[in-house]
Amino acid sequence: MSAPTLDRPAAPDEAALQAQFDATIAADHRIEPRDWMPEAYRKGLVRQIAQHAHSEIIGMQPEGDWLLAAPSLRRKAILLAKVQDEAGHGMYLYSAAETLGADRADLTDKLIERKQKYSSIFNYPTLTYADVGVIGWLVDGAAICNQVPLCRSSYGPYARAMIRVCKEESFHQRQGYELLMTMMRGTDGQRAMVQDAVDRWWWPSLMMFGPPDDDSPNSAQSMAWGVKRHSNDELRQRFVDMTVPQAAVLGVTLPDPELALDPDTGRYRFGAIDWTEFKQVLAGNGPCNDERIARRRAARDDNAWVTEAATAYAGKHA
Amino acid sequence: MHEETVYDALDHAHGGEGQWAFGTGFDEPLAGVDTTVPTGIDPADLGAYCLMLGDDALVLCQRLTQWVTAAPELEEEVALANCGLDLLGQARLLLARAGSVGVLGRSRALATDSIPDEDALAYFRDVDEFRNSLLVEAPNGDFGQTVVRLLVASTWRLALFARLRESRDPVLAAIAAKGVPELTYHRDHAARWVLRLGDGTPESHRRSQAGVDAVWPLLADLFTATDVETRLTAAGVAVDPADVRDEVRDVLTLVLERATLTVPAWPAEQPSRGRAGQHGPELTALLADLQGLAREHPAATW
Repeated sequence: MSAPTLDRPAAPDEAALQAQFDATIAADHRIEPRDWMPEAYRKGLVRQIAQHAHSEIIGMQPEGDWLLAAPSLRRKAILLAKVQDEAGHGMYLYSAAETLGADRADLTDKLIERKQKYSSIFNYPTLTYADVGVIGWLVDGAAICNQVPLCRSSYGPYARAMIRVCKEESFHQRQGYELLMTMMRGTDGQRAMVQDAVDRWWWPSLMMFGPPDDDSPNSAQSMAWGVKRHSNDELRQRFVDMTVPQAAVLGVTLPDPELALDPDTGRYRFGAIDWTEFKQVLAGNGPCNDERIARRRAARDDNAWVTEAATAYAGKHA
Repeated sequence: MHEETVYDALDHAHGGEGQWAFGTGFDEPLAGVDTTVPTGIDPADLGAYCLMLGDDALVLCQRLTQWVTAAPELEEEVALANCGLDLLGQARLLLARAGSVGVLGRSRALATDSIPDEDALAYFRDVDEFRNSLLVEAPNGDFGQTVVRLLVASTWRLALFARLRESRDPVLAAIAAKGVPELTYHRDHAARWVLRLGDGTPESHRRSQAGVDAVWPLLADLFTATDVETRLTAAGVAVDPADVRDEVRDVLTLVLERATLTVPAWPAEQPSRGRAGQHGPELTALLADLQGLAREHPAATW
């Protein structure tokens, strides 16, 4: 018995589809999951969104290390809710990647096998409770600078995910800053903790914007496609300009002797970033790379029997 | 370029609605609540009872939090963190209630005045001053044992809280009323997992049965009233834990049987060791994590 013949529409002309895609991008409209898109656009987006989702999930760990030890019940509640938000961001972003044909379990495997990256900032350890505040202020602050423009990303599901993510990140940033303000009003020991944490996180935060524009391999195409809206260096400069006055209000010193206001531009000049360190951490040689991945691997492998059981149960009771 | 600054852009993206969900001023949990103790109720007893219920919640919160970044699915990290947050909220209210009636043990002597009662009690009591049951301090075990313990703990606590909504202490009654829907969710969530694991694969059946067998002896610690509970039950404030035994046993039996698990024999009940401050080394270790930082900086506020 032969399969029934279907009347298929004529294969659409690839050039016409490309033209329509280009027109959508040019008009600053959104590409949606069912729209035709160039394969490289799809692949690039999956790479970017997955990396972003992985960053949220790995990012639960450095602060999560203080969940059991938070020094007041109010701080514990704030931190638990924040780490929970990060899990939510991860899930939201994996879902956005799934609209492009990716699969969350497969992306998780790629993370664990180190075939996909996550933000290298999360490979630094959190040594004191001030790190929780500084991560909120600087790391989430840098993330916001990176992510707010993504709310206008050309890919609809990603743009919409980023609106919610940015709202919550802004809240986290405010909470982090509030913790630091409280600590700066506290004991000498607390003030020293805050300054020490700022000293350790400042440069890694600047590295969060990625390599300088003349050394950023994926940037040009991402900008042309409207996936990315501003260059790494431009976003980094905005972050510095925004953060320096906040540091003054807080009463901490940023660890850069070259940091100075340029009277001509009204922007802050800052010292040279040590990209050797960035590349080392990115290459997997940061202080906590192994630990971060090991924890995700353990969560997957030690609990594989749970997932199998849930699948078996669903099959029995379908 | 649309953005003047990133924050303006954020605001712009949401049609100008406020960027911050809340302010930065925070009140203590019972701020604005009338904490007068009704006549005929011994404040010392009421405080001791709030410590029992508050410590149960705080300790189980710590246990559930240990699953964050280690759970089988991201959804489960969120769910267990949610249960933990609910319990933390209950703990804060109950410890604050204990503090409001002056039950602070030795903690006040160690904590500075600027530390709120809830934190003085959570961070500056020693292990023998904790009044939680042995059920909640036992280590998590694997995920199967964790959900069995959550099922038992939430079934028991829900049965208590449902009755405490009628407590003569209006503060305790309000805390219980807030907790009932939370605990209903915890029990439902745990029961669904026990069903999946018990009736899932041979391995999950074996593991969840082992979890039941490990948790079951701890039921012995739950149902014998302390003197404080007996007096407060007579005063219309507390619930005699023996009164919830049948309900707890019926619910657990129903879920375990539906999950194709064997219900072990009911353990011989005994006066609660946990309520008397007799704890295992696991609680000492748990409190070292919880309290270490706060105690390192006794003059600090956070």
